[in-house]
Amino acid sequence: MDNLLSIVTFIPALAALILAVFLRGEDAAAARNAKWLALIATTATFLVSLFILAQFDPSNTGFQMVEEGEWILGMNYKMGVDGISVLFVLLTTFMMPLTIAASWKVETRVKEYMIAFLMLETLMLGVFMALDLVLFYLFFEAGLIPMFLIIGIWGGANRIYASFKFFLYTFLGSVLMLVAMVAMYVDAGTTDIPTLLTHNFGSESFTVLGIHVLGGAQTLMWLAFFASFAVKMPMWPVHTWLPDAHVQAPTAGSVVLAAILLKMGGYGFLRFSLPMFPVASDILAPLVFWLSAIAIVYTSLVALAQEDMKKLIAYSSVAHMGYVTMGIFTANQQGLDGAIFQMISHGFISGALFLCVGVIYDRMHTREIDAYGGLVNRMPAYALIFLFFTMANVGLPGTSGFIGEFLTLMGIFQVNTWVAAFATTGVILSAAYALWLYRRVVMGDLIKESLKSITDMTAREKWIFAPLVAMTLLLGVYPSLVTDVTGPAVENLIEGYQTAVADYEPATRVAETATAGH
Amino acid sequence: MFQTDFNIILPEVVLAVYAMLALVGAVYTGKDKLAPAMTWLTAIVMVLIAAWIGFAGDGSHLAFGGMFHDDPFSRFGKVTILLSAAAVLAMSAEYMERRGLLRFEFPVLVALSVVGMMMMVSAGDLMSLYMGLELQSLALYVLASLRRESAKSTEAGLKYFVLGSLSSGLLLFGASLTYGFSGTTLFSGIIEAAGAGQAPVGLLFGLVLIASGLAFKVSAVPFHMWTPDVYEGAPTPVTAFFATAPKVAAMGLFARVLHDAFGGVVGDWQQIIAVLSVLSMFLGSIAAIGQRNIKRLMAYSSIAHMGYALMGLSAGNAFGVQAMLVYMAIYVTMNVGTFAFILSMERDGQPVVEIDALNLYARREPGKALALLVLMFSLAGVPPLVGFFGKLYVLRAAYEAGLIWLAVLGMVASVIGAFYYLRIVYYMYFGEEREEGLDGGKSPVLWAFLMGSAAIMLLGVVNLFGIEGVAQAAAATLVH
Repeated sequence: MDNLLSIVTFIPALAALILAVFLRGEDAAAARNAKWLALIATTATFLVSLFILAQFDPSNTGFQMVEEGEWILGMNYKMGVDGISVLFVLLTTFMMPLTIAASWKVETRVKEYMIAFLMLETLMLGVFMALDLVLFYLFFEAGLIPMFLIIGIWGGANRIYASFKFFLYTFLGSVLMLVAMVAMYVDAGTTDIPTLLTHNFGSESFTVLGIHVLGGAQTLMWLAFFASFAVKMPMWPVHTWLPDAHVQAPTAGSVVLAAILLKMGGYGFLRFSLPMFPVASDILAPLVFWLSAIAIVYTSLVALAQEDMKKLIAYSSVAHMGYVTMGIFTANQQGLDGAIFQMISHGFISGALFLCVGVIYDRMHTREIDAYGGLVNRMPAYALIFLFFTMANVGLPGTSGFIGEFLTLMGIFQVNTWVAAFATTGVILSAAYALWLYRRVVMGDLIKESLKSITDMTAREKWIFAPLVAMTLLLGVYPSLVTDVTGPAVENLIEGYQTAVADYEPATRVAETATAGH
Repeated sequence: MFQTDFNIILPEVVLAVYAMLALVGAVYTGKDKLAPAMTWLTAIVMVLIAAWIGFAGDGSHLAFGGMFHDDPFSRFGKVTILLSAAAVLAMSAEYMERRGLLRFEFPVLVALSVVGMMMMVSAGDLMSLYMGLELQSLALYVLASLRRESAKSTEAGLKYFVLGSLSSGLLLFGASLTYGFSGTTLFSGIIEAAGAGQAPVGLLFGLVLIASGLAFKVSAVPFHMWTPDVYEGAPTPVTAFFATAPKVAAMGLFARVLHDAFGGVVGDWQQIIAVLSVLSMFLGSIAAIGQRNIKRLMAYSSIAHMGYALMGLSAGNAFGVQAMLVYMAIYVTMNVGTFAFILSMERDGQPVVEIDALNLYARREPGKALALLVLMFSLAGVPPLVGFFGKLYVLRAAYEAGLIWLAVLGMVASVIGAFYYLRIVYYMYFGEEREEGLDGGKSPVLWAFLMGSAAIMLLGVVNLFGIEGVAQAAAATLVH
């Protein structure tokens, strides 16, 4: 199969097209057909995507299974995967069937709902596979349209505000990245990502409008990409759209948002910022470290004060993404492996936590923490699963959450001890808010009248959680599953990065001395 | 000699003769009874002429001693103008007939103004420029006040006429200064006078005044004041016409004057165009936020879009012109679709223009709502829709020309502008149920144009229907 990647990417889109064109009617039968078709399509996508993993050769650090075709404006339709992106592709295809299964209770506009999610899957897969700047941007931005509709149509009470904030916030970040992409094209003469990875962008400092720009053009481009990825990630202080979007989005929307969409920011840093602008990354790494450390501590504290379960988990996501950004810019093996690991593991854990909220939301239609308490008495299975993912979120050894946090902290400790010390307090804080949430919702006596008749999880719900539990445990006890795939590619990335930074430093010192002597 | 010249301008002559025969024929026969058939006939004639120009045209020719150009650039402009005018005519026939607005003068006036527009994009001389411009403007003034019993429509026509005359005056004054300092009205002569190192100050004054006059025609800020009122007051089909063909013609003329006549002093006009562009983008995006009337909203939207087209033009090179042409072609396609939707907005047979009437439109008409959603995201410039590629073109043109500030500001403005396009989507999909919704709208013609335009926006992602190569060839003939 020469175009395996395109097949995987466009299976969901094809299913969406079939739904849009052939499925008629608003009745229950049509809704059921839409659900089944979406579930079959996403499962098929997952199964076919396993071939990608089977064909993938981790020892090869270049791009594999590359497809190329001519497009407009001198750009190419080019797809491929390497050690960094392949796992994100699988994470996406793995999560989507679960997301669809979790949406089985949706009743309004089912057909449109499934179309939106299927389109979203195509666009997310495209982001992780695109090997052309503009193609990447196209997939990256187009994902906003279905997500805007998902939040706006099927969201909670304040969904309009949340959807507009989500769209405009991320759109503003991204258009600046588009300008930087044009700048890269003008500089390098191509939009081909593999070629750009080997291109040296100008890093000579210059003064513009009276500001001395250390690292020159690289710094400006880095900042433009940062504007987009930091919002997507999201990093403190541009994270404010995320709690709103999460709270208002339907359960499945939250799962996709937390498990996959947030990873696009981290993937962007790994694919563009670090390897293409190594000098700027080196100069601006302290900024990222401190923003990440603040994110970890501050958003953990904010999470403590939340009254809304989804909001609490959303803030916890921001904190966990703090470890990721911190790990990426350490630019050492532990940090980068840890960051990728943390992203994959957070995909499972946060996805599962939002599903946990969804389970009780479907029954009680409220996300207020105060509305619950003592659920363990009526929902033992739920209590067990929620406990498992709470522990994974805290980073209990044996779950995948631990590996990611530990590796990134180890990475940062080698680079900046103060940030490491500061960020480690986040581990304690995450235990505080997560366990407290668990205590308030699940433990205690069941005194609330409304909860007296609540039912435990159905078989469908249990089956949705089964693969997530399995993956979280598996990665927790056998992390090499991830690091073996990412290792060589990460090593290669670090090598290139260090060469570029090493070349730059003596050159600047000479230049700076000359300026000083002048 | 005359034979050759005549052959070159044959398409214009055919259309002009057709318009006059139609006028005479309608006056001497059934008058308005013939109007619907004439509207369709005019649309068909325009499509045929467009096909003729598009397929039979070849190479570059000059007629009447350089006053008239027939080259890939003018052909690109003419085909776009003719097709969009034909589309608007086809869309308006039923709408106007049902409201008793369809008089036989309507297709005739549209045809005459199209002749003027074809002259504009082909102009090679200040005289032919002015002739073309006035022919189209006079026809448009009348069209704006077509609904005689409506105060708003009359006001629109009068406002357009007074302000339009002012801009024509500015342009004429500029033309006379240019003539005075270069000694010729031919563009090929002006470029020699202006291109010799430094242009005389008088010539620059001429350039600025001509640019102001043309900026009025494309409704670039600060010469935009007439646009919202005229768009609102004119009957909707006429508004649809204003938003499409004349914009292409004025942009084409703008590019021709700047490159053919002042191509040697790019540095002198680049800043003017860049400032016009950035002001238009921001004013168009910000002022549209407050609009509740979809026609006024589209007026501000068109101001913003002209800003982006000018951004391409401000690059001052062949790629910039190419970007502008691609942008205009995309813009026109999007607008035809959007106005097809606006024309179908009605309740109990009465036209509706308030955007909150769209509340939950997606429930009643999922297909049309989806098409408008695609068009709105395309107008906002969100990928993968074709509108994004238009923005990408002009962005790259401006960046390559070193206008980085303009590129960054343009992108920021596009985010502001996204807000009001999103709000239309919001009304259609997230709004609250209201008693008085819109009727379904049963016109198959409007439906076809709406769906066709939306489909183009989606499918264009493959290769933009090959428009890139055509625009490149067109731009290459203009910029040497």
